[in-house]
Amino acid sequence: MTEPIPRDAEVERLGERLAVEIRRVFRRSLAIRQVDAGSCNACELEIAGLTGPHYDLERFGLHFVASPRHADCLLVTGPVTRNMAEPLRLTWEATPHPKLVIAVGDCARDGGIFRGSYAVVGGVADVVPVDAVIPGCPPTPVAILAGILDVIGQRR
Amino acid sequence: MITDLVLALTQALVVAAGAPLLVGALRTLKARLVGRRGPRPWQPYADLAKLLRKEAVVSTTTSWVFRVTPYVLVATMLVAAVIVPVVASRTALPFAGIILLMYLFLVGAFFLALAGLDSGSAFGGMGASREVAVAALAEPTVILAVFALALRADTTNLGGIVARFAGEPRLAASPGHLLAFAAFFIVMLAETGRLPVDNPATHLELTMIHEAMVLEYSGRYLALVEWAGAMKLFVFLTLLANLFFPWGVPSLVAPAPILLGLLALVGKLALLTVFLAVLETIVAKLRLFRVPELLAGSFALALLSVTAVFVAP
Amino acid sequence: MAASLFILAAVGGALAATVGIAGVLGTGGRLSIPWLVPLGGLELSLDPLGGLFLALVGAAAIPASIYAIGYAGGERRGVLAYLGFVSAMSVVPLAANLMTFVIAWELMSLASYFLVLHDRDRTESVDAAWVYAVMSQIGLACLLAGMLVLATATGSTTFADWSSAAPDLPPGTRVLPLVLLGLGFVSKAGVIPLHVWLPRAHPAAPSHVSALMSGVMIKLGIYGLARVSLDWLAPTPAWWGAALLLVGAVSAVVGILYAVVERDLKRLLAFSSIENVGIILIGLGAGLVFAAVGLGGLAVLAIAAALYHAVNHAAFKSLLFLGAGAVVHATGTRNMNALGGLVRRMPWTAACFVFGAAAIAALPPLNGFVSEWLIFQALLQNVRMARLELNLAFTVGLAALALTSGLTLACFVKAAGITFLAVPRSEEAARAHEAPVSMRAAMVLLAAACVGLGVGPTLVLPALARVVGPLVGSELPALGDGLTVRISGEFAALSPLALAAALAIALLAPLGALWLVGAQRRTRWAPTWACGRILQTARMEYTATAFSNPFKRVFDFFYRPAPRLDIEFHPESRFFVERIEYASPTRSLVEEWLYRPALATLSGLAAHARRLQSGSANTYLAYILAALVLLLVIA
Repeated sequence: MTEPIPRDAEVERLGERLAVEIRRVFRRSLAIRQVDAGSCNACELEIAGLTGPHYDLERFGLHFVASPRHADCLLVTGPVTRNMAEPLRLTWEATPHPKLVIAVGDCARDGGIFRGSYAVVGGVADVVPVDAVIPGCPPTPVAILAGILDVIGQRR
Repeated sequence: MITDLVLALTQALVVAAGAPLLVGALRTLKARLVGRRGPRPWQPYADLAKLLRKEAVVSTTTSWVFRVTPYVLVATMLVAAVIVPVVASRTALPFAGIILLMYLFLVGAFFLALAGLDSGSAFGGMGASREVAVAALAEPTVILAVFALALRADTTNLGGIVARFAGEPRLAASPGHLLAFAAFFIVMLAETGRLPVDNPATHLELTMIHEAMVLEYSGRYLALVEWAGAMKLFVFLTLLANLFFPWGVPSLVAPAPILLGLLALVGKLALLTVFLAVLETIVAKLRLFRVPELLAGSFALALLSVTAVFVAP
Repeated sequence: MAASLFILAAVGGALAATVGIAGVLGTGGRLSIPWLVPLGGLELSLDPLGGLFLALVGAAAIPASIYAIGYAGGERRGVLAYLGFVSAMSVVPLAANLMTFVIAWELMSLASYFLVLHDRDRTESVDAAWVYAVMSQIGLACLLAGMLVLATATGSTTFADWSSAAPDLPPGTRVLPLVLLGLGFVSKAGVIPLHVWLPRAHPAAPSHVSALMSGVMIKLGIYGLARVSLDWLAPTPAWWGAALLLVGAVSAVVGILYAVVERDLKRLLAFSSIENVGIILIGLGAGLVFAAVGLGGLAVLAIAAALYHAVNHAAFKSLLFLGAGAVVHATGTRNMNALGGLVRRMPWTAACFVFGAAAIAALPPLNGFVSEWLIFQALLQNVRMARLELNLAFTVGLAALALTSGLTLACFVKAAGITFLAVPRSEEAARAHEAPVSMRAAMVLLAAACVGLGVGPTLVLPALARVVGPLVGSELPALGDGLTVRISGEFAALSPLALAAALAIALLAPLGALWLVGAQRRTRWAPTWACGRILQTARMEYTATAFSNPFKRVFDFFYRPAPRLDIEFHPESRFFVERIEYASPTRSLVEEWLYRPALATLSGLAAHARRLQSGSANTYLAYILAALVLLLVIA
């Protein structure tokens, strides 16, 4: 029932900052904390689809966790609204090193269709350091999964 | 003396090394039962290894209690691993009683609850409050189930109980014995935080009991806490397997019988794991204030088991 | 000046403890001063049972007195009452005749009454002292009545004469004094339903006095029960032991149920004392049942286990009260909802209190676990009796003991966690200071005693068995060798030293394992994860009331809370709320069903009797005339 993952992942990697270390530590097990920084929930729905039988991210050693203290990777969606900027930063602070931030969706990349609004700070990179961006509005579950796997080095 | 020490070390190693595999296998089975592929059974080893490489973030509101608790948890589980008849019924140490075992679990619960309160967050306090409430309500059932076993086996020594039942299978097949098993099984669900008492995979803090106390841990501390939790499940299932179905547990401490004992244990644990996976998939989590009703039911079963001994020995 | 008197008390305590231990080990002794006390003279005699309780009084007085040096802070009021209290308590176990006993008992109650009145400007102290006085006099009345019945039946007021006459008394005449004396002693011990003075008096008294009251004074009630059942009116019938067992079970469960929902730290400890007295009674009752059916060895085991628990309770309850006193001394409040974060300001007190909490929660390898284990083992042995009704009573005792054990864990997680851990919930808690050296020294001393009693049952238990054995008239059961306690051969074994060693090794194992695999040792300090909330205050912590909420819900048939909800709406709109006040106080079953009707009946009778006091001198003269005529006719 589960779909195979395409070989090419659409993901923009921002710098090779921790590339080698990330792959070494997180290749077999990645704990993901999803943060909604003001998104319209379309990206959340796509991410939620990852936990079902069709895409099943657990078979790759990925799983969602309930607290950033348990997390390795923050999966951030939404243009960061002004109200969510500080909580997002606090979440990032609460996550232990080494950690990743993956911005999911066009809004997370640079504000998307909400760019320039008075209620929006900008992309996630304006608040916390971002390691990778998965573009799309919203990106498909396959794209999200392939992107995460690419970042932690399970694809190449 | 030397054989006793070697046996103790072997048991501790078996439990310590096998616990993550048990938890992993349970997760994989549960995933397969709902149509997913699920993680690999050895995924928890990868999770623990990764956690050991992460830094530990400790809250500024906490004290030494928070940092000591993971070590206390692991310590009590290791001692429990040594006294439970895992691969042999000759329980080496002169304190291998079942009452002591139950109180060792309470030591862990005490410190974990304190650690939950230590973080100063509402989640920690809530988890601590619920956890001790469930533990308190499960105690009478535990003691009565112990009583039922000790009455039939004429000892509270764990190895002694196993040896006695292994020698007299008809004692093990009595309905009182099965009632005690049912009561103990429900207590196991409550103490290890499995469905329907507590959902170990939930992300909703208001539905958490055990997980809420652990929310603040990270890095090596989280690894120790998770490992101790896995060992607790392993020890409880071993207890259920070997106390109530003692066939295949050798009383001779020599390499070949121990290996056979290990194989028998693996078989029994596999069966119990499948049963537990199916149960967790079928039932929904109980509302928190319905859990006392479940525990009261298990108490009734234990009481019936005890009465069965008095009325029809 | 006050300090030197307290040191005197400590020295006296050490002396008493030595004499007591000598008594336990077999040294006897008698002291008789016929002219000192009317109606029989002062008679003191030292025997193992009395020696044990004397040693308990003395040993508990040492840390309490040392503590008082720092706690009382040079204040002179209450020192003499304290000295009188300790001295009277030392005489009670030694008393060998009726008058000596009663005078010592009353002195003890009187001295503690004044000590409870220490803070007499607080109405709750005055109310507590009043209830305490009334209840202790009711107890004394029962005691006196029982003793007088025994004295008339045996024709003597000396206890030795009572013991020797006991087997010859017909069973009919034995029941009345047994019940009367039992009532008197259980009221002093604080057993439900005669416990109402305990949760009022123990918190009101200064903490070193509370420690002695909870740790020692209520044990003298146990002493009395043991004396009555094993000495003066031995052998007691099986129903007496079973009744004690069931009363103990009810006491234990009810006591801890009230403790779990308490938010006053010292009241929580007081209710917990009621619970522990219940546990001791379970052991004592079980032993008396075994004695009655002829299982002497098991009787010795059970009663020795009960006495062991009495000693252990004195140790850890005193420790807890001293810790609570340090908290009150530092913050001025007993309300746990206003405490918190004290572990940073008072590290020694916090460590000692957590230690005491672990001991009382019966965590291995500390002393609470050992005595509870022994009582469990004694109860499990009930299978050796083939009487169904007794077996069922023991099963009830087992279930009750297990329930109280679990609830105690919850209660003391609350007490230790809410009081000391996390963030202070009020200004007073934030400004707390560590206790002075004398108070800390006393607490550490008691903690060491807990450890000693925990790893040393192979020494303590045989000594206690030697105390009980001769009274039950049985030889001592085999209790294991130097390192292990064994029950009934292979039934059960416990080696606390080996256990402690195993736990110590197991604690080092994860440290070693982490070092071996090269785990990351970096630790970063950061604020608690609060879901990204920007403002994190102490209001977001769990409170003591919240912590006990699950118990309130589960046992609501027992607590029968009377919820009250007051909402203040915004004056301009009922959609907005200015203030919400919610209270859900628990109601006391015993007070509502027993005391209120009893007091109402009494006031009714008194109102009727008041009609005699008409205030008219002529009526009074008529009464005198009538009385005179009546006396002349009868005499």
